[in-house]
Amino acid sequence: MIRSVTAQSPSSRATPPAPVIDMSTDLAGVLLPSPVLTASGCAGAGRELDQFFDITEIGAVVTKSIMLDPRSGRGTPRMAETPSGMLNSIGLQGPGVEVFLDKDLAWLRERGARAVVSIAGGSVDDFTRLASRLRHVSDIAAIEVNISCPNVESRGHVFACDPVAAADVIAAVRRNTAPGVPVFAKLSPDVTDIVAIAHSVVDAGADGLSMINTLLGMVIDTDTMRPALAGITGGLSGPAIRPVAVRCVYQVHAALPHIPILGMGGIRTGLDALEFVLAGASAVSVGTVSFHDPSAPARVARELAQALADRGFGSLTEAVGYAHRSHTAVPSARAERVYSPDGTQHPREAVEVEDLDPEFEAGAEG
Amino acid sequence: MASQAKTGAVQVTGEVVGLRRAGDYHVLTVTAGAIAERTKPGHFVAISVGGPQSSMLLRRAFSIHAAQSRGVYGGTIEVVFAAHGKGTEWLAGLRRHDPLNLVGPLGRPFALPKEPVSCVLVAGGYGSAPMFMLADQLRARGCRVHVLLGAATENRLFGVLEAKRIAASITITTDDGSLGHRGRVTDVLPDLLTRTNADVVYACGPMAMLAAVAKVSSAHGAYSQCAVEESMACGIGICMTCVLPVIGDDGITRMLRSCVDGPIFQGDRVRWDDVGTVPSDALGAPVIGGH
Repeated sequence: MIRSVTAQSPSSRATPPAPVIDMSTDLAGVLLPSPVLTASGCAGAGRELDQFFDITEIGAVVTKSIMLDPRSGRGTPRMAETPSGMLNSIGLQGPGVEVFLDKDLAWLRERGARAVVSIAGGSVDDFTRLASRLRHVSDIAAIEVNISCPNVESRGHVFACDPVAAADVIAAVRRNTAPGVPVFAKLSPDVTDIVAIAHSVVDAGADGLSMINTLLGMVIDTDTMRPALAGITGGLSGPAIRPVAVRCVYQVHAALPHIPILGMGGIRTGLDALEFVLAGASAVSVGTVSFHDPSAPARVARELAQALADRGFGSLTEAVGYAHRSHTAVPSARAERVYSPDGTQHPREAVEVEDLDPEFEAGAEG
Repeated sequence: MASQAKTGAVQVTGEVVGLRRAGDYHVLTVTAGAIAERTKPGHFVAISVGGPQSSMLLRRAFSIHAAQSRGVYGGTIEVVFAAHGKGTEWLAGLRRHDPLNLVGPLGRPFALPKEPVSCVLVAGGYGSAPMFMLADQLRARGCRVHVLLGAATENRLFGVLEAKRIAASITITTDDGSLGHRGRVTDVLPDLLTRTNADVVYACGPMAMLAAVAKVSSAHGAYSQCAVEESMACGIGICMTCVLPVIGDDGITRMLRSCVDGPIFQGDRVRWDDVGTVPSDALGAPVIGGH
């Protein structure tokens, strides 16, 4: 029989009800009910994606990097498809911070969605002014500082490629941001040693790290025999860059295990997200894949919960950085997962510990 | 789950009902559930290509040729495409019952005149795909509908017979003269606009054609609506790749997204000569010497 089904129904039919697992996460003091966020520049300010899933159910919307003034971005073509990815050269098109606050952030607030505001600038002064402007704005869960966009005019001067410049920006933003609002530095993978940059921005006051931004890349159109993008080079994103991103998260988590990491780079499924968590990410952003599947952030959250449950984890936090631990260790959650008959989860300390998950096998995956 | 107004876009897994050839093109019919009942002329649909594990991440956007909200298969839509890239070649290899993930209806549809005016519908190649649904609605409002189809050669015309059925007049041009007048649609458009005393021109096709149609229409005092073709990554307004310079009511040029602010634009508002660039007077354009 020929039929069609809406997005939500096939997955809800194909998968069992969401497992009872504590998916909440702590991003430098900000508690999020879900560890799956959107990625900056891949979700606008959430309004468009809200047609496809409930934007209030994900961890937060990370808004497209906003600058002080309106910005037109670059000419077109701005995009080229690449194997399992894409190259973009948007150039931070945006309405400027005032319109952003009046329209986009206001909409998120009214909708009841959590917002992580990404900011971008061309100088330390730009970042200082942006942070100061946001300082007294309510309902900002965190600030992500985009010091790593490859599509700015001064291409040789991406802040995140220089430990001193990166630290200067982060220190300025931290100094001008309300104490309760964590500042995340978004790092570029296009560096020799991302751990050195991470140390530098953490020393300058970054409360957390977002990794990774796009990799600088290029496509040449073999018909026109010219660069495919008007901007010549662009940022590579999508599943093609995932192994690079996982490596960056793993290395930085090993060096700075107490600094929360928001991991991103090519996450398409819950298992992809799990890789980032195991590498040390406390939360993940779903970006380019939303272009392919606008329901992706919600779907990845469901799939991640299932993947954690399948592996015997009782909570997300137990899995953070798990890949760094000894090979013989099994999830400690195995002995702690407790379900009540009505399906709700009890606080772990309030109930007796009992192993209800005999089917767990380390590494089992269908 | 989400708050879905009856007008919003939905994501649907449809099933291929049929795929047929039409000249150099393919016509795909797919079940589309709620997309079909929400479709208006000028809307488009974004189709994922290559299957669930595809390495082609970007959806392909097609204007909707036909939409049946009810029938044996429930709601169905039809799209027309040329297999000229990896994604469209994959689509051309689909078989009946294959699943297909669709997002739609997307974009702003054609605006329809309130009065029963004279309309000219201009299309290049398979740009005629959305024109038949549009013609039906215009005729239902009492408008006179004249159709002008152009293509490089006869095989690249789409919908000639269908156009004959619905239009008060039909004019055809081909670059090689294999059917109709030899030449471009814009060679015959000025005469056609005069002869039909056209009030509104609707156009869909390559950007160069749209630019020319918009200019000719303005010169004749006709209001034009052009469905633009810009490469898109998402189709839903989040990627910012499909922008073009458009003059607003306030006289200010902005880089607008053709997926959500278009794909239908008023012909006299698009800065056709500047498409692909950011005009220096556009809102937020780079300042020389500044950052």
